[in-house]
Amino acid sequence: MSAVAITSMHAPSGAVPNLWTLSAEKLEAPSIEYGKLSPVLIVLGVAALGVLLEAFLPRKARYTAQVFVSALGLVAAFAAVIALAAGGAAGTKAQLVGVGALAVDGPTLFMQGVILLTGVVAVLVFAERKLEPAAHGSRVDSFAAQPASVPGGEGEKEATKAGWTTTEVFPLLLFAIGGMLLFPAANDLLLLFIALEVFSLPLYLLCALARRRRLLSQEAAVKYFLLGAFSSAFLLFGIALLYGYAGTVTYSGIARVVSGADATTDPVLAQTTGNDALLLIGGALVLMGLLFKVGAVPFHMWTPDVYQGAPTPVTGFMAAATKVAAFGALLRLLYVVLPGLAWDWRPVLWGVAIVTMVAGAIVAITQTDIKRLLAYSSIAHAGFLLAGVVALSEEGVSSVLFYLGAYSFVTLGAFAVVTLVRDAGGEATHLSKWAGLGRRSPLLAAVFALFLLAFAGIPLTSGFSGKFAVFKAAAESGAGALVVVGVASSAIAAFFYLRVIVLMFFSEPKADGPSVAVPSVLTSTAIAVGVAVTVVLGVAPQYFLDLAGSAGVFVR
Amino acid sequence: MESLIGLLVGAPLLGAAVLLVGGRRLDRVGHWLASALAAVSFVLGAVLFAELLGRSTDDRTLHSHLFSWVPVEGFQADVAFQLDQLSMVFVLLITGVGTLIHLYSIGYMEHDERRRRFFGYLNLFLAAMLLLVLADNYLLLYVGWEGVGLASYLLIGFWQHKPTAAAAAKKAFLVNRVGDAGLAIAIFLMFTTFGSFAIAPVAEAAGEAGQGTLTAIGLMLLLAACGKSAQVPLQSWLGDAMEGPTPVSALIHAATMVTAGVYLITRSGALFNAAPDAQTVVVVVGAVTLLFGALVGCAKDDIKKALAGSTMSQIGYMILAAGLGPIGYAFAIMHLVTHGFFKAGLFLGAGSVMHGMNDEVDMRRYGGLRKYMPVTFVTFGLGYLAIIGFPYLSGFFSKDQIIEAAFAKGGTQGWILGAVTLLGAAITAYYMTRVMLMTFFGEKRWKPDAEGNMPHPHESPKTMTIPMVVLAFGSVFAGGLFKLNDSFVHWLEPVVSLEHGHSPVSAGTVTAATIVALVLGVGAAWLQYGRRPVPAEAPRGSLLTRAARRDLLQDDFNHVVLVRGGEHLTRSLVYLDGKVVDGAVNGVAAGFGGLSGRLRRLQNGFARSYAVSMFGGAAVLVAATLLMRAV
Repeated sequence: MSAVAITSMHAPSGAVPNLWTLSAEKLEAPSIEYGKLSPVLIVLGVAALGVLLEAFLPRKARYTAQVFVSALGLVAAFAAVIALAAGGAAGTKAQLVGVGALAVDGPTLFMQGVILLTGVVAVLVFAERKLEPAAHGSRVDSFAAQPASVPGGEGEKEATKAGWTTTEVFPLLLFAIGGMLLFPAANDLLLLFIALEVFSLPLYLLCALARRRRLLSQEAAVKYFLLGAFSSAFLLFGIALLYGYAGTVTYSGIARVVSGADATTDPVLAQTTGNDALLLIGGALVLMGLLFKVGAVPFHMWTPDVYQGAPTPVTGFMAAATKVAAFGALLRLLYVVLPGLAWDWRPVLWGVAIVTMVAGAIVAITQTDIKRLLAYSSIAHAGFLLAGVVALSEEGVSSVLFYLGAYSFVTLGAFAVVTLVRDAGGEATHLSKWAGLGRRSPLLAAVFALFLLAFAGIPLTSGFSGKFAVFKAAAESGAGALVVVGVASSAIAAFFYLRVIVLMFFSEPKADGPSVAVPSVLTSTAIAVGVAVTVVLGVAPQYFLDLAGSAGVFVR
Repeated sequence: MESLIGLLVGAPLLGAAVLLVGGRRLDRVGHWLASALAAVSFVLGAVLFAELLGRSTDDRTLHSHLFSWVPVEGFQADVAFQLDQLSMVFVLLITGVGTLIHLYSIGYMEHDERRRRFFGYLNLFLAAMLLLVLADNYLLLYVGWEGVGLASYLLIGFWQHKPTAAAAAKKAFLVNRVGDAGLAIAIFLMFTTFGSFAIAPVAEAAGEAGQGTLTAIGLMLLLAACGKSAQVPLQSWLGDAMEGPTPVSALIHAATMVTAGVYLITRSGALFNAAPDAQTVVVVVGAVTLLFGALVGCAKDDIKKALAGSTMSQIGYMILAAGLGPIGYAFAIMHLVTHGFFKAGLFLGAGSVMHGMNDEVDMRRYGGLRKYMPVTFVTFGLGYLAIIGFPYLSGFFSKDQIIEAAFAKGGTQGWILGAVTLLGAAITAYYMTRVMLMTFFGEKRWKPDAEGNMPHPHESPKTMTIPMVVLAFGSVFAGGLFKLNDSFVHWLEPVVSLEHGHSPVSAGTVTAATIVALVLGVGAAWLQYGRRPVPAEAPRGSLLTRAARRDLLQDDFNHVVLVRGGEHLTRSLVYLDGKVVDGAVNGVAAGFGGLSGRLRRLQNGFARSYAVSMFGGAAVLVAATLLMRAV
């Protein structure tokens, strides 16, 4: 309607409006900015290519081809992100693309960059084939020989004997990454939901693929799927309510209605729109769907079970990249759609942040499994990140971005270390088995200690820089009490991180303790990257803080 | 020319670094290297002295700015030197006596396996002491102050295998810390009051500060001086410090380091002049220590401890003189220099005697040594005559001036101080005659040492006797030279404010009284130790004697008041820490642990429970959001 009006106003006076031309304009296919979308397109394209490779290449050749193609695709997508950022897309040239469904701006590019880098590191860990003992002459990885077979059944034995591997994990990983790249860029509730499903479904599958302890793995996948579907339903319901409120699903459209700039965008819905109950309930439900993904209390309960059951490389990737993507979407929702509603959601998020920090830290104290411990640690970290989100300022955004970048590499590194500590039954994840590890493998234990110190937020590690930035932003926005709770829970959290360090270095090693597998160059590289990022962001964080600071503005 | 000042400090510092880092390969040349660098310092000092002499009286201050350590707006910490007439006196004393004692140590430490290290420490001491007297600001002075403290600690405890030496080193270090804290606080106060801790600006602005602040700064500086110069109440470490090798006692604990307190007070003269209350306390401390040290010196049978008591007493004279203000500063420094000569000479003599007597230190086991060690006897004897103030020797001139200045203080104070200084002179004559008689005269009371070897006293080697001879010359002539035309006082005049006091007693009367005191002291000692044979075992003695043997109960006092008190405090704090702090910490930890265990049960593994909790959470979330709007 408005397009017609504008065109007619610009038409030469006295001339008859050319209806034909107008209708031709209306029917024109939407223009898609392929260049701006290239990171997503590359990743999804390579994922599709991976499916084809899986279908047409002989079994022997698949592993090499998949690893190569996946890594190359991710690096190419990362290069595209860099090119976009260098071209100014993160700053002055930030814009909405895909008919307003996607936003390509600073936060999007920053988070896409982080997700792609974690993806590259994840490919390295996924591809590790030196840890498991060779099965009948062929090297195998952490994934089930034939996931479809019944655990412990004949089919599994045959598949193992044949030395089969599940190289499908690489395309699945890429699809998940593709979804994650879309998630923080989504500027439209429908796209938000689609992106969520695109990255969640491959993750459900990946969780079920552990080679060892398959029942636990499958249980984790089912739980994750059920609860994920449950939360998706809430999210979808919230989207429906928001549409009912605003008559549109685009972020900018809803924001305009919230701020009162437009009464409605669709006169057909004029009767129902502008109902604040719809807005509040719908907003809360969408928020809940996202809080589920970041693992905030009380929507966190899937986290420990899934982290523990999933194959460790998947856990590491999921813990790092999902958090980045979900916080990206959360930030955009709160900063673009609902800033007019800040008086309503800020106190609620305050509460969620406090409960999440405290509960995550406290429950972690009594954990006895290293993977569950790290899961609760990730819950506590979600709380710290929420403190930065609540700041509702540019510093808040940039501090959360920095924290995500720092945290994801520590997490990847920590879980990569977990894959190396093994005994006869596979990974030795029970904490009692880690006693005295520092005596037998001082280097590995030192690296893990570094990651733990970074989790605890000790100075000279990236964890400190990140936590400092987040708390600073929160304090400056007047959330002093939140910072006090945050620091207190950091102190509680420090207890269980340090307990592991004490266990590793000051306890007698057990006689039948685990041994540390010698990894190939792949896992070594992944861990080395983790260490390097942790130290660099801890010792000289300023450049990266500036980088995150320059990426702190959302396009509307 | 200014750049030579840096070299002056740098030469011994380089020596210390090379010797301490260089390791065993330097064992054979280390002592010569250290002595050569000390001599280089002395030569540089002499060149600078000639330079200063060549300048006009009011242009005798050289500045050398090395670098800015902390160049911040409002806080300028520079590494910069200032060489004026006062520093020059100290430079010559430190490097001159220092070089002689390096030379002496070559012989004295000949049989010690760790001789190289010893010389490294000696060089370190020289560098730190030079830094102390050349610093142009109190912060750098503090560096030197701590440096000499470190060197002193290392050297007192040089024979660390002896528990007594290790304990003595620790004691010296701890007691000095108390004084150091005083200096630190004084510097803080200066900075907050004057906005600077450079010596010149502080001196210029001294009059502008409030009386209370000035008194506080003065008392804190005095506390520092008490620590370093072994004045009451921080005197207890000096006697034990004699556990160190004798050259150390001579250089550090007689001639140079222990006089740093006098330097500090003289250097801060402008501050003290403006704080008469602080000055009064300085005088009292000096007077008390003067008598305290003298009494202790009378009762000790250990030759080095007797000399240590004497050192304490003589520094008491100097502190007293410095506390008198402008009428005393120059004489304090003059006595400091002459004392540096004769006391270093006496200690070297004592070391020489010990060297010949199998390291025996008990004077009751000496006797009749003058025939066996003629050079030592003559040089020690000249030092003895100088310290008791025998007419026309060094000590005579310098001590006489201080006694005169004490009377010139005026009023009742002047009479009391004059009487104390005269009494001190008499006691000095007594205890030094006692040392002299017990060591070199009378019959032989030699005893075999612990391994059963009878001592065979002999004259020491040339490297040891030559420094003694040189110092003896100084003991004899320095005072007269300084007194000639009042050249020393005139030299210092531009730096230390100088006034001539008006004594109620004429100079001649003071001199006569001093000589009477001297004769009385010597006579009393001769009656007791010269006319009658000295008992080989110490008699029980009077109450005062017994107390003096125990350093007038200083350690008992410290033990009861400070050590016991400290232990009680520590114990209560440990109790507090163990029961209250740890209890609270452990309680909190246990509380969180219990909470954790309870919360953990919520995580029961059933997806249905999880879904319920999510549902509940969503309900709360929605309700809370709506509630926020309602409120």
